[in-house]
Amino acid sequence: MTSSNTATMAVARNYKDYGSALWKRIILTREGAVFAALILVIIIASVTVKHFAAPITATYLLLDIAPILLIALPMTLVIITGEIDLSVASTAALASVTLGTLHQAGMPLELAALVAIIVGALAGALNGFLITVVGLPSLAVTIGTLALYRGLAVGLLGTTAVTDFTEFWKDLAKSKIGGSAIPSVVILIAVLAVAFAILLHFTQFGRGIYAIGLSPEAARFSGVRVERTKFILFVMSGSVSALAGIFYTLRFSSARGDNQTGLELSVIAAVLLGGVSIFGGRGALHGVLAGVLLIGTLGSALRLASVTSDVINIITGTLLVASVVSTSVLAWIRSKRSRPGGKKPETAAATKS
Amino acid sequence: MTTQTTTTQSSFGTRVLHGAGNFAKARETGILIAFVLVVVAATVKNPNFLFSNDGFRDLLLTPSILLLVAVGQAVVIITRNVDLSVGSTLGLSAYLTGRLFIDFPGIPILAVFLIGILFGGLLGLVNGALVAFARVPALVITLGTLYIYRGINVWWTGSDRINASDMPKDFLALGTQQFFSIPVLTIIALVVLIAAGWYLRNQRGGRELYAIGSDPGAANLYGLKVTQRVLVAFVVCGALAGLAGVLYAARYGTINSQAGSGFELEAVGAAVIGGVAIFGGSGTVWGAAIGAFLLFTINRALPILGVQDFWQRAVVGVLIIGAIVLDRVLSLRQSRKLVEARDN
Repeated sequence: MTSSNTATMAVARNYKDYGSALWKRIILTREGAVFAALILVIIIASVTVKHFAAPITATYLLLDIAPILLIALPMTLVIITGEIDLSVASTAALASVTLGTLHQAGMPLELAALVAIIVGALAGALNGFLITVVGLPSLAVTIGTLALYRGLAVGLLGTTAVTDFTEFWKDLAKSKIGGSAIPSVVILIAVLAVAFAILLHFTQFGRGIYAIGLSPEAARFSGVRVERTKFILFVMSGSVSALAGIFYTLRFSSARGDNQTGLELSVIAAVLLGGVSIFGGRGALHGVLAGVLLIGTLGSALRLASVTSDVINIITGTLLVASVVSTSVLAWIRSKRSRPGGKKPETAAATKS
Repeated sequence: MTTQTTTTQSSFGTRVLHGAGNFAKARETGILIAFVLVVVAATVKNPNFLFSNDGFRDLLLTPSILLLVAVGQAVVIITRNVDLSVGSTLGLSAYLTGRLFIDFPGIPILAVFLIGILFGGLLGLVNGALVAFARVPALVITLGTLYIYRGINVWWTGSDRINASDMPKDFLALGTQQFFSIPVLTIIALVVLIAAGWYLRNQRGGRELYAIGSDPGAANLYGLKVTQRVLVAFVVCGALAGLAGVLYAARYGTINSQAGSGFELEAVGAAVIGGVAIFGGSGTVWGAAIGAFLLFTINRALPILGVQDFWQRAVVGVLIIGAIVLDRVLSLRQSRKLVEARDN
């Protein structure tokens, strides 16, 4: 996808206009639009939907979207480099099954969880190896490992489920901070989110991630270690997915091979909605977090308004399509305006990836 | 990622094209051998796998629906796009089939087929128009329509379910009927396969799809109607998923709101196993068809070979990864050969 063609990128990507005022650059962005939509949804829902403003709503909302929030963090970085990881949900299930099987065999939960995270990291490392060392397209590789890791997870446990976990950890997964309505898992998410935000936005490594997404060749010539960066990102993606799998397992105290099937698409939808370009090179973590929250809040508000929970699928899809189409429509209008009377951008008409 | 294109910058030199043709042939032969090996191994273990009437029928029947979807998927992937919404399209079309029989008793079966295909084509047109005109990556658009179509399906179906008793006997018989011991479903799938294979190999439009997939920019500069071709590829893919939906209804008899979910990855998997490069420009529908057969046959062969069928997905994963590694090795060798030929 990264190397598809330059004409598409010229259309799909718009750089920050560093000549404009700082507040404009912060507020008038894709991320700003997602935040505005999120706030709008929260306000409208609080006023019109009964019980939406109740604290318990926030608790369940955050518990429900916690795995998506967690996995979206490394996924953002992976997509900014122009790659993609479809195997995250399967990795989470593999970690869940590892945790369950080892705990059942008598291993203490803490140790089993550690092993599960290592398994996740190894799963990510295999993806990274195939993509960076062997040089295969990440889309194809992770479709393969999606099936492979899910198959291992289902194969290990069959149709059985491990449901017996230590009470302390089960309670912790469901507990709240002090007397508030915020679940404790938010602390974990916040710590990781800050860590990933610093990594992406304030370090040399993070600048390298953007550089790779914009142009892998240029990045390499300017000294970015492209392969190593991508490999590290896939290992991170695997580890955090495993963490999300462990959380899910403990919350529902059920380790099953088919846990979280299809979660990869929800994560990717949320990340793209949050303003990350599928071509790579563009996006920011706060936009992604707002994107996940937007989808989650909409879903929870609609459920409370007893709209069939499945309408949320239609809305998620429409938001996703609208968010990407709007970008190209805006780019098209801008290019039209910039050359008045000129012909339409011919180069763009032909290209698609 | 860029190397696949080197093997198929073919639309200009016949010599290169010839080489690429041979290379592709070798690739499909490999997957065919794998398929035959699986069938032979399972048959040796249990002769009923192939030689009983039921075994033979299942061998041909089960992969036929996936075959149709995989052929459509291959056409789209060849143009360097992807259609993730096929599973949802199939589900909607299957439910529509059932509804047609319930709401219009006595509707001719042929009309149902036509409506299913047209409906699928319409859904494909939506994908194609968004991808071609809005110039947005197909992965994102069809991920969106995957949700939208499935959402519409769930909304429309609710907890309702179409049962076999809702559909006429003649229609359901199509699902199991055989014609000279070959199931009718398989014959339909094979006719589509042959037509698609012929068109892609011999017709100008088909060759242009490869050119577009190899290098969209170059195809445009060369004067090919890129937008139109891509649009048509999506319509074909949707129409085939629609047809598959009608056949799904005939084959299984019960349709709920989740019919065909997850099919998109199976279809992409079948195409990739069959040697269709995920970044376009190379591969054939024949490969995708054999890939579809291999996927479903392994599913049935594993329990016979003494492996629990829980492991089936793991085997599929290994197959997909093995296939793309093989493609990579072959394309590297091919480009090395081409460089040598040029330097001499």
